[in-house]
Amino acid sequence: MAVIVAISTLALAALVVFLVSAPVRRAAAGSRAQTVAERPGADLDAAREAKYREIRDAELDYRTGKLSEQDYRAIDAELRAQALELLDEAERREQRPLPGR
Amino acid sequence: MAGLGFACLLLALFVCAYGIGASLYGVRAGRPEFVESGRRSIYALAVVLTVAFAVLEAAFLRNDFVFNTVAETSSRTTPAFYRAAAVWSSQQGSLLLWAWLLSMWSSLALFLTRRRMRDVAAYATAILLGFGGFFIALMIFYANPFATTRPTPVEGAGLDPLLRFPTMMIHPPMLYSGYTLCTIPLAFGAAALLARRVDADWIRVIRRFAFAAWLFLGIGILLGARWSYAELGWGGYWGWDAVENASLMPWLTATAFLHSLMLQEKRGMLKVWNISLVLATGTLAIMGTFLVRSGVLNSIHAFGGATLGVPFVVLIGALIGGSIYLVVSRREMLRSEHRLDALLSRESIFLANNVVLVGLCFVIFWGTYFPLISAALTGQEASVGPPWFDRYTVPLTLVLVLLSGIGPVIAWRRASWANARRNLLAPALAALTALIVLLLAGIDRKPYALVLFCAAAFVFASVGQEFLRGMRARRAMSGERAPSALLSLVRRNRRRYGGYVVHVGMAVLFIGVAASSSFQHASELSLSPGQSTRVGAYTVRYVHPTATVTPREDRAHTGSTLALGAVLEVRKSGRHVATLKPSEGFYASSEPSQGSVGSLIGGQPVSHISMDGGVTRDVWSAIQPNIETPALKRIVTAGDKTLGPEEAPVALLYLARAYLKQPPPAQFHLIVSPLVMWIWIGGLIVLGGGLIAAWPAPSRIRARVAARSRARAVRGLARA
Repeated sequence: MAVIVAISTLALAALVVFLVSAPVRRAAAGSRAQTVAERPGADLDAAREAKYREIRDAELDYRTGKLSEQDYRAIDAELRAQALELLDEAERREQRPLPGR
Repeated sequence: MAGLGFACLLLALFVCAYGIGASLYGVRAGRPEFVESGRRSIYALAVVLTVAFAVLEAAFLRNDFVFNTVAETSSRTTPAFYRAAAVWSSQQGSLLLWAWLLSMWSSLALFLTRRRMRDVAAYATAILLGFGGFFIALMIFYANPFATTRPTPVEGAGLDPLLRFPTMMIHPPMLYSGYTLCTIPLAFGAAALLARRVDADWIRVIRRFAFAAWLFLGIGILLGARWSYAELGWGGYWGWDAVENASLMPWLTATAFLHSLMLQEKRGMLKVWNISLVLATGTLAIMGTFLVRSGVLNSIHAFGGATLGVPFVVLIGALIGGSIYLVVSRREMLRSEHRLDALLSRESIFLANNVVLVGLCFVIFWGTYFPLISAALTGQEASVGPPWFDRYTVPLTLVLVLLSGIGPVIAWRRASWANARRNLLAPALAALTALIVLLLAGIDRKPYALVLFCAAAFVFASVGQEFLRGMRARRAMSGERAPSALLSLVRRNRRRYGGYVVHVGMAVLFIGVAASSSFQHASELSLSPGQSTRVGAYTVRYVHPTATVTPREDRAHTGSTLALGAVLEVRKSGRHVATLKPSEGFYASSEPSQGSVGSLIGGQPVSHISMDGGVTRDVWSAIQPNIETPALKRIVTAGDKTLGPEEAPVALLYLARAYLKQPPPAQFHLIVSPLVMWIWIGGLIVLGGGLIAAWPAPSRIRARVAARSRARAVRGLARA
């Protein structure tokens, strides 16, 4: 039993070392696919998604009788302008060369 | 195999230490390969702790009493179903469960964020591994689940009979999942402050896990209440017990956070408040674990020893100190981007809701920790009971229910008073109608319950009106039929309408709580066979006693050696309503000094309640039979003297026969509670609403909606 335990422990430790050290080993070997790249512009995506949701919420508030037409028009215009600012920002980032390229 | 289990703990501690170092070095030195390696450490930790947990689980299932934990909390007579759950009944096993669940949920969180917020995720990895390392170190140095004993005991002490209940298979894992999930927003919150990045993507990441924590904690709390009601023999589902409160507090702050987060998401407001709620929720979750495991406060739910207090206090101190430092030092980046547009707006209702929720949490915190506070200040431990909690929590809950009805009909940003009046008219009329009906029905003795029922009617009408108006708007836009329009409406606005369903569920749940606690009839008395008593509108007659000798397969399948009970007939206005069969199970003890027969029934007796539940009321019964009569004691004494362990069960047959032949008066606890079932139904509605709100929109629909919104935004600009 002690031998089985020792072998199992060593095998598990080897698996852990293999799993954990893989990115460092790949980087040392100069492999290009060394790490999972961060998705660029995720913060803008999230901000844009939130803004679109806000536009939809305002429309739903208006259609369900919670917002007056005047207030809705003002809020909607403001939100759309903010959404476009975010779209412009995303466009600017896409045109800007990424660092290191 | 204990050696393998302990080796896993050592390996896990090493993995934590390495992962913390790699993550911090990677993010500080700009070496992404080390950040990635740190993230993989969490996966490796999950693998190692899965092996450790499997080793311990196998030991329980195989009755391997060489493991101290198995010998102390399980036995051959414990049914296999409960042996599997006995792992987390012990101090050591529950710490392992905590660490294992933490590693699993953390792995999921870091896998889902592997392409996002890498700088934040690196710090979060280090913090989560820090939590993991803390619990693993506790096991290695204080409460080793793989400690062994020689020579191997022949039999174990058995699982605490109170825990032999199906709910206990899933209640602790659910609660611990909630606690461990609470640490993920905490880790990402603190990490965002360290990385100075509290942007929209951070909100998106953190919301998902805060919601999961809220959901699991809620399920755990509800299952615990159900266990208390159906197993503990006192007929209640909530007793303001320290451990119950400990699980409720992070749930309350998580609820507050899930609301106020929307203000940050939409308007960039309340950043300090939100990050503080995230950090408080995680800290309260750790404090909850501390209460269960440290033995610092008395509780029927506390299963820990007194050895873990100091390490927990150090951790909690570090969490509170670190949180305050981070929030204060990063206050510049946490400035609000906007102010409230109008006093009458959804934002201001959310603010009020947050104040009430945090107020509730503060009251419960004060009441829970009052024994410790009083001991520190006066040297004497004083505690507060349910009346104290009720005095403050009931009014706050009433306000909360009312706000959950007002919120849905008030617009974001700025609502006009004219619109608000129009939208609140139907709910106000519903509340007024409810008040008149209840007063006409003679329900006027309990003002708080009356107000709660009216507030619930207000919520139903307000949410119903929202669904109806939303459906009409959808029909007008798309020309769909009513059912499809309703489905489309909910599918396209899951968070909004899922949230409304949660509000309805909470109102239903509170109706059950208010009705059952205000209009309950209870009776505790002694009855002999043939005697009757009246409980509310019901007559309960003790028909005859029951006795079952089933060393392995008792009626409730809990492993009791002897069960003594009664058959009760319940009638209302002369009509038969139900037959109840409550009993009390007697369990074997591992104390040989009690004698061969005495030890068979010398363990802690446990009540097996019997109940006739319904949508309008529950008739609940528990029995405490008297086995201390001279006739029964004589049988036990004679058996102890003449029978060895092998023949001892025969004496139980004599005991049962004597009990049936000359049944002594038994003590009964009888309760008629109205609407209790609505507590569980309300809980299920909350769960359903939560799932609707959390269910991710299919990517195709999300992309279509986003494209449409983008096109509309562009069109809007062209018009301008």
